[in-house]
Amino acid sequence: MAAVQTRSERALNRLAIAAVLVITLLFLAPIYWITSTAFKPRNLATTIPPTVIFEPEISPFVKLFTKRSQLRAAPEPEDYAVAPWWERLVFDGGEKVVRSGRGEVQLSGYPNRFMNSLIVAITSTVLAVSMGTFTAYGFSRFKMKGEADLLFFILSTRMLPPVVVAIPMFLMYRAVGLNDTHWGLIILYTAFNLSFSVWLMKGFIDEIPKEYEEAALVDGYTRLQAFFKIVLPEAATGIAATAVFCFITAWNEYAFALIMTNRRAQTAPPFIPSQVGSGLPDWTVIAAGTFLFLLPVAIFTFLLRNHLLRGMSFGAIRK
Amino acid sequence: MATVVMTSLDSKSRAASRGLSDIKIRNLFIIPTILFLIVFNIFPLIYSLGYSFTDFRASTNAPAAFVGLQNYRELLNDPFIWANFAITAKYVIVSVTGQVVVGFGTAMLLNREIPFKGLITTLLLLPMMLSMAVVGLFWKLLYDPSFGIINYALGLGSFEWLANPDMALYAVAITDIWMWSPFVMLLSLAGLSAVPRHLYEAAAIDRAGPFYTFFHITLPLVAPILMIAVIFRTMEAFKTFDLAYILTSQPTTEVISIRLYKMAFQEWQTGRSCALAYIVLIMVLAITNIYVKYLNRVKER
Repeated sequence: MAAVQTRSERALNRLAIAAVLVITLLFLAPIYWITSTAFKPRNLATTIPPTVIFEPEISPFVKLFTKRSQLRAAPEPEDYAVAPWWERLVFDGGEKVVRSGRGEVQLSGYPNRFMNSLIVAITSTVLAVSMGTFTAYGFSRFKMKGEADLLFFILSTRMLPPVVVAIPMFLMYRAVGLNDTHWGLIILYTAFNLSFSVWLMKGFIDEIPKEYEEAALVDGYTRLQAFFKIVLPEAATGIAATAVFCFITAWNEYAFALIMTNRRAQTAPPFIPSQVGSGLPDWTVIAAGTFLFLLPVAIFTFLLRNHLLRGMSFGAIRK
Repeated sequence: MATVVMTSLDSKSRAASRGLSDIKIRNLFIIPTILFLIVFNIFPLIYSLGYSFTDFRASTNAPAAFVGLQNYRELLNDPFIWANFAITAKYVIVSVTGQVVVGFGTAMLLNREIPFKGLITTLLLLPMMLSMAVVGLFWKLLYDPSFGIINYALGLGSFEWLANPDMALYAVAITDIWMWSPFVMLLSLAGLSAVPRHLYEAAAIDRAGPFYTFFHITLPLVAPILMIAVIFRTMEAFKTFDLAYILTSQPTTEVISIRLYKMAFQEWQTGRSCALAYIVLIMVLAITNIYVKYLNRVKER
């Protein structure tokens, strides 16, 4: 491209910039729309023409977290006050009742599902990234026969459609009682993310010069000390990027969660759609649930944008 | 297991004699992962291979009876299953083509000095970071015939996207294109920025037209990375479940994963669904192999 642009080239460039802006806005429009719906009063959510200017409300979020019903002659929910707060949030399936004046305000299913998502995604991410980092180091620094085949085997575990693996996993889990448990999902997501984690981390560790460890070994470090004190800090950004990718995959997973859980350990992805049901759904509440669910991913994406870009092209180029 | 080729570092340094030996460390670091993947990926597949030769139903306590290749025979002769594969193929072709056109086109536009380029690229990452299930849900709202914003913006009145059997598959594909074009764009952008500048300068000196430049310089050099994007997207589109399952329940959008899910967890034909899973598995492996071969050919040029 010549340094001096002709007038027509400049015009073309401006046209391209305008086109990029239009495309970006089009791509973001659906996300903007769900976000704005989450803050709308119910009667404005389904108007035609669509309401763009409105006073934002938090009522969709209040409705999302609570379930109101008439006071019934239900047995006193004594254990609600007794149970520690984390159990109230996580393990009770949202059936416990808070009493308020005229009716009962129950905690809806959403906070539990959200907490389940957090527990499962965070734990499986920690497991997948730590195992992946160790394994990637092993592959990166020590030569062995059949290394390429082993790495391909690791990658191939990710090529299978989830539904294919889900059938035997369901049967195995049912046999050992892991169905509808947090650990059941954690193990599955760890297995699922591990291959990705190994490949991505190998890319990052390969880039750390071997001389760093050699120097440490000469200084009297053992191999393990050199790994923990030299290699790990150098690989920190790569670990962060890998962790975000693994977290996002586990956070968003639907098929296994749908099949392997139903009440106790269910995560948000199968739960939110199940709330649509038949009849007239309250889209503001669904939008609020969706918005809260998108939030962590959006924040991560923004905070780690540069590493993500690198990690993404890395993974793709190396595979 | 494999033998170790000692690097110069390992044999010479005194550290090799302290602490754990390198072989032990390597095994300690690698073997647990391999075992974990075998237990949770390979073992289940062997388990289901066994069931695929039986009439087992997970909903009853009846013992599984060996039926040989009957499941496979029946499935391969079932026109409905082939219809599911045809739907899947159509879906893969439409959505991957759409993603390549939109993604590569956007990358071509972005491949110049543009204000806020980094920010724009980051913003475009967002759709692909979201959950397909949740995306499917909110596109359901966007597609709604009476108050959806898509019909309003396009002036389509009360056009049915998801309830119309002919349109539903395209509606799912459009959502998929929205989600994954950014992925193709990112990879294309990486490929485009790696094309050496001097090739374009040489072409400019030779007074080559934009079409000649595009087809003889840009495309051949971006082809390998574009191919990688296509491989990834094809594999993923072939596996599609969540998006189609949540957006609509039309027979015309019943891709093979949905059929498999229904057969296994709604009709509880466990043995039969294991056999279908194996047929799908073989297809995935075959497609991957063809692609990898083709990719190597593209790379060699």
